[in-house]
Amino acid sequence: MSLAAYEHPLAKYIRPSAKTTANCPGCGNGILAQAILQAIDELGLTLDDFVFVSGIGCSAWIPSPSFFGDVLHTTHGRPIAFATGLKVALPEKRAMVISGDGDLTAIGGNHLIHAARRNIAMTVFCVNNGIYGMTGGQVAPTTPLGLNTVTTPFGNAENPFDICELVKGAGATFVARWTTYHPRQIVKTAKKAIQHKGFAFVEVWSQCPVEFGRKTGLGNSVQMMEWFKRVSVSAAKAKSMSPDELRDKIVVGEFLDIEKPELIETLAAVRAKAMAAGR
Amino acid sequence: MSDPAVLTGRHFMQGNIACAEGVVAAGCRFAAGYPITPASEVAERLAQRLPTLGGTFLQLEDELASISAVIGASWGGLKTMTVSSGPGISLMLENIGFAVGTETPCVIVNVMRGGPTTGIPAVQMQGDVIQPRRGSHGDYQIIALAPSSVQEIFDDTVRAFNLAERYRTPVFVLSDAFLGHMREEMVIPEPQAIVLEDRKQFPKGVDVETLPAFLDEDVAPMPIFGRGHKAHVTSSCHDAYGRRNVVDATALDVFVRKLNNKIEKHRDAIVRVDQDTEGADVVLVSYGSILRSAQAAVEAGRAEGLKLGWFKLGTLWPFPDKEIAALADRVKRLIVLENNLGQMFHYVQAAAAGRAPVSFCPPRIIGEMHEIEHVLAAVKNEVRA
Repeated sequence: MSLAAYEHPLAKYIRPSAKTTANCPGCGNGILAQAILQAIDELGLTLDDFVFVSGIGCSAWIPSPSFFGDVLHTTHGRPIAFATGLKVALPEKRAMVISGDGDLTAIGGNHLIHAARRNIAMTVFCVNNGIYGMTGGQVAPTTPLGLNTVTTPFGNAENPFDICELVKGAGATFVARWTTYHPRQIVKTAKKAIQHKGFAFVEVWSQCPVEFGRKTGLGNSVQMMEWFKRVSVSAAKAKSMSPDELRDKIVVGEFLDIEKPELIETLAAVRAKAMAAGR
Repeated sequence: MSDPAVLTGRHFMQGNIACAEGVVAAGCRFAAGYPITPASEVAERLAQRLPTLGGTFLQLEDELASISAVIGASWGGLKTMTVSSGPGISLMLENIGFAVGTETPCVIVNVMRGGPTTGIPAVQMQGDVIQPRRGSHGDYQIIALAPSSVQEIFDDTVRAFNLAERYRTPVFVLSDAFLGHMREEMVIPEPQAIVLEDRKQFPKGVDVETLPAFLDEDVAPMPIFGRGHKAHVTSSCHDAYGRRNVVDATALDVFVRKLNNKIEKHRDAIVRVDQDTEGADVVLVSYGSILRSAQAAVEAGRAEGLKLGWFKLGTLWPFPDKEIAALADRVKRLIVLENNLGQMFHYVQAAAAGRAPVSFCPPRIIGEMHEIEHVLAAVKNEVRA
């Protein structure tokens, strides 16, 4: 078969008019995009089964405009809030939010914790690159303590978020973390997250070679992925490690998969009660 | 035929309740908001009414979430709205611009209170009348209706949904603490007498790769989510198919002009004014609750032999500039009455463009209605000058 005749098995999910990507060479976004589409494909679903919502930042461009389904590309920090309205209006569709650490935990942190508290059926992929990539490498709530960025030229004075712990504490019912070094694991977890009845949150550490690797000395894309490999520790193994040993490590795996009352269902119950009382 | 969404009949009703009844009568089935005085009764009534009609009211974590969810639910195909007051509306402004840019129908009710900043929650002021027009960044047009009675709050709320649907745009209803908390007689018509409009929809089986969904001055059909149209909706500069273009100034030029022209082109169908200017030399131009002061002053002034009239700005945006120009052509003087230090006044002055002198009359105390004696003193002062 000639190369010209070969079509990528996931190409059917890409919007025909979306010929290019705005992501930099070496960006981790492509790995996550492929893993999400692979998961959807393996579940036998189509993009028409979903509504995709993203915010502002590089990773918001994973579904927008590339995914050939309904895509709402919203303002900075608000994708979960937009998706909340969309999911209430279209309860039979699966709502998926794909956005970055800055979008979801800094400017949009309030919506993240409240959506987790409500346990609204929604899959949220948080691409964590530890930096503001699109705007040129500024410090993020996920940037490691001490790191030099363009807005912390003498070192970051702040502690970073453990986003998974945050979301877990807020009430999410499915929580997992991987890195772009773990594409197969992301596919497996994404399939569970998509099918989960409730608020499913998947954090994916992703390399930003241009604004993180180059500027912090962690290196290029390959070097950053090797770094992910080196510092990743499974959730099971992490249990037997001390906080000191876990410093500078990335704990990966599925941390939580439980059931709780889910918002779309509890709203339907409230509606049924109100309609019965109204008659 | 009875419709549980329409409380047909004669009522003695609070303005905020009439607003909520307008919302449900208009077919809105999703509302989101955050508590704030003096607007909370609207939300509370909707929380009571919407679930009984199969709809949803969500009290969200803040006003940012509220307007976001309202826009999201509108793309899900529902008629949607939010309600707040100045501080909350200020928080919503970024995403009101999003709704303009993505051509999302929705209604925003502002029960105006005293400001700037937290100001006074339960005191009326018309301090937020320019805000809908210029509050969000960039250059855009908006529709804002200014009811001046409980009846008009109901009627304008229904009309706001119709305009939002027809032009795929956010529409403001500018109520205020006085109107919202006032109770007066009003009538809700029979359901069949309430004309409802729905957004033009994308044809079945068509996706946005082949049919334009945006930037039509005569309003493009809306590719509602969940129906296989594969919509791509971005607030960033885009073309008629929703394809992002953030590199060409020529694309921005089309984006800005088409959005603006969509409202401007249809301004005659949107703009509403009313007047009683028969034989008048001096006309009091006003809107909202303060129109009531203007009308009372005209009645009292006429009894004293003054040749007075009143002119009502029923829509603040698009601004009734042609109508003001025509008025200024045939009367001797305009006096603008509003409960602020002069906001619409400047637009009236610009539209009159020297055809007749325009002066401004604030209330004696900002936050209170204009007293009749205060207005008549101002009129006599102007006439003498």
